[in-house]
Amino acid sequence: MIALIFKRLVATAFVMAFVAFFVFGLLHLAPGDPAAVIAGDIATKEDIDRIRAALGLDLPFHTQFLNWLGAIMQGNLGTSIFSGRPVSQLIMQRIEPTLALSTTTILLSVVVAIPLGIVAAWRAGSWIDRTMMGFAVLGFSVPVFVFAYLLIMVFAVQLKLVPVMGYVSPFKDLGGFLRAIALPTVALGVTYVALIARITRASMIEAINQDYIRTAHAKGLGIVPILFRHALRNASVPIVTTVGIGIALLIGGVVVTESVFAIPGLGRLTADAILRRDYPIVQGVILIFSAIYVLINLAIDIIYILVDPRIRY
Amino acid sequence: MRRARMGVTALLGAVAMFASMSLASAETTLKVVPQADLKNVDPVWTTAAITQNHGYLVYDMLFSMDSKLQPQPQMVDTWKTSDDGLTWSFTLRDGLLFHDGSPVETNDVIASIKRWSVKRADGQALMTRVKEIVAIDPKTFEIRLEKPFGPMISVLANAALPLPIMREEEAKTDPNTQVTTIIGSGPFMFDDKAWVPGDRVVYRKFKDYKPRSEPADGFAGGKVAKVDTVEWIYIPDTNTATQALIAGEVDAYEIPPLDLLPMLKADPNITVKVLDSLGKMGHIRPNHLYPPFNDVRARQALQLLVDQREFLAAQVGNPDFETVCYAVFMCNSALESEAYAEPWMKPNPEKAKELLKAAGYNFKDPIVVMLPTDQQIIYNNILVMVGKLKEIGVNVDAQAMDWSTLTSRRTKTDDPNANPKVGWHIFPTWWTGVPMSSPLTNAPLVSTGDPKTAWFGWPKDDEIERQRAAFMDAGTHGEQMKIVDALQKRFYEFIPYINTGQFVTPVAWRNTLKGVPNALLFVAWNIEKTE
Repeated sequence: MIALIFKRLVATAFVMAFVAFFVFGLLHLAPGDPAAVIAGDIATKEDIDRIRAALGLDLPFHTQFLNWLGAIMQGNLGTSIFSGRPVSQLIMQRIEPTLALSTTTILLSVVVAIPLGIVAAWRAGSWIDRTMMGFAVLGFSVPVFVFAYLLIMVFAVQLKLVPVMGYVSPFKDLGGFLRAIALPTVALGVTYVALIARITRASMIEAINQDYIRTAHAKGLGIVPILFRHALRNASVPIVTTVGIGIALLIGGVVVTESVFAIPGLGRLTADAILRRDYPIVQGVILIFSAIYVLINLAIDIIYILVDPRIRY
Repeated sequence: MRRARMGVTALLGAVAMFASMSLASAETTLKVVPQADLKNVDPVWTTAAITQNHGYLVYDMLFSMDSKLQPQPQMVDTWKTSDDGLTWSFTLRDGLLFHDGSPVETNDVIASIKRWSVKRADGQALMTRVKEIVAIDPKTFEIRLEKPFGPMISVLANAALPLPIMREEEAKTDPNTQVTTIIGSGPFMFDDKAWVPGDRVVYRKFKDYKPRSEPADGFAGGKVAKVDTVEWIYIPDTNTATQALIAGEVDAYEIPPLDLLPMLKADPNITVKVLDSLGKMGHIRPNHLYPPFNDVRARQALQLLVDQREFLAAQVGNPDFETVCYAVFMCNSALESEAYAEPWMKPNPEKAKELLKAAGYNFKDPIVVMLPTDQQIIYNNILVMVGKLKEIGVNVDAQAMDWSTLTSRRTKTDDPNANPKVGWHIFPTWWTGVPMSSPLTNAPLVSTGDPKTAWFGWPKDDEIERQRAAFMDAGTHGEQMKIVDALQKRFYEFIPYINTGQFVTPVAWRNTLKGVPNALLFVAWNIEKTE
């Protein structure tokens, strides 16, 4: 396993180098000019040219790339073109809300979806199964923002149980954090509950029909140990994969939820930076994301080995 | 007796301590949803409106506009002009301090004027007349001119792109490089550590600020900070921002979307009011460098396709906030005039088609129109024009893009007929009313034809430039209106751009706020927050 981890970490360096070049090239090929956005509406072409020169954006592509790469090698992700703040500082300011929202969402999803999936599989074809899978389809189909607005209207505006928007750090006020994160977690979690519940159901149905489960029944084992100790463990590889991919998607894909609930996370930082062409932020965030993705994949592979010793790499 | 007295003293002490604790805990925070995210903090480096709003809180100005858009002294105590109008002498008020505690002196002011004037059209106009700016002593400075400059005080009181007085140390920064140390002498201090770009900006009351004795009026008068902290909370989703105001999680929303206003108006706890009576002007800009719009007849054709009521309905869709306006320098402004506009007020598509033909346009040639799909008001504006052009048979090459791409693409001077992927014929935007209301600051009116000095589209017209230069000599309102008349006449002969209607956007705030100044923006001074 140590060899696997080492090989993956070495591969991570290559992946990130490729991502760095790809992202840098793609951003600089895209139309748009941060100098024009900075200068504002009243600026002339000459004003924009001066700002571009002052920011070094008029340098040749390869010079800009090498300058950026040189800084990266020294652990410097660069400085935001707009705010003049270090990208690492901006990422650090934003990473906590995104990680918090991703964690609560995945926790909620796992806690709700896996039992639902197991029950649906156990009662496959019954009204319980059809009802649960109907809700799962609904969860997939309703856009996150529609569900978010409904939750805001009912729980924040009408019932005043939770705030409409914002984020509170759990390290400052745990109660405030739980209140603020509740609606975004539910809004975002619905899709993941649906996804994980369906995967769990499908995997469990396959496992439940295996001979060893029939044997367990014949031995007189209760339904709970059969489902949770025997069937679930053997059905867990696809579930772990889905949860892992879900975590990776959540970290980079919560922009809509962050925007609707005004949570200052990485998704919004990235989307705003793309819209105004703040290249160093986009490059920095994508580098970090790519590292996280690779590490999550590594973690999934390790968990595979732990849950299913037959798996070898 | 002694014991009783000690008891009373102890009780009074406890009451006093409790009272002081209550006062300490009664810190007030004004929470505002600003019109946009504050992306950069140097109000000279950028012309972005949100950075100007930030500048109003942090920096003080020599002069400021009152609610009637008349310039009033702010940092300046007294000023005088020599008989020949060539020397202006200004003396600063006593007790002006920067947020680091250092006094505001004339060296700071002179460096600030010089940096600002490089980046602002009216500042550049002023500098064409300036011989030198001299510090007489730490509180008095003189602006010495080669030729008299009529609008001196209004230029120093520029309301849209104000002249922020920085410390000399920051003011000596290259104007094309952002100042990142934000130390002003205004009523609020920028809390650099609390700033989370894209989320929150925090300002703290500057306790040593010395406001003027006059009551607050527009941007002028006494700027008394009555709250301890101002927080700008950027909420990108307009529905969430509206609900947050209704729920009382924020105190004010600077530009609520017009389609959600009925919800806010229906709430008895919320005031909805227009602060900026000038508002904004919808705008369509043709490229003057290349056919067909290098021919005045083609630009006249565009003008004849415009019925402002239709364009306003698409841009705003609420007659309460719309004004049909053909005044080059805005309606409701000091220089309002709709002279010579009458022949252009009624659309005439047939005549427009004839004029395009006469300008040599072949109706098969594509006309490149840039459509910024992420800017709803502007996008709706240009969609109407695209429809009008198609109705008269123009082959429209409507290219959808985001605003960032458009702001970059519009700088390109390539021929759109030869290179339609780079060049362009037409793009839309809108302008805030204050800069549009003066010949010195109305950027799209600049008609030098030179990409270095003229705004994108690059019109060239010597008569407009002659009149704009003459405005610098106009000292009285009567003299200014004569020039406005001449410019109004020439505008409709030459058509540098097409106005598509004036509109205002109201501000919404909770009724717990008292004393909101009647300025063009939602500023934070003078506002009291009650429970």
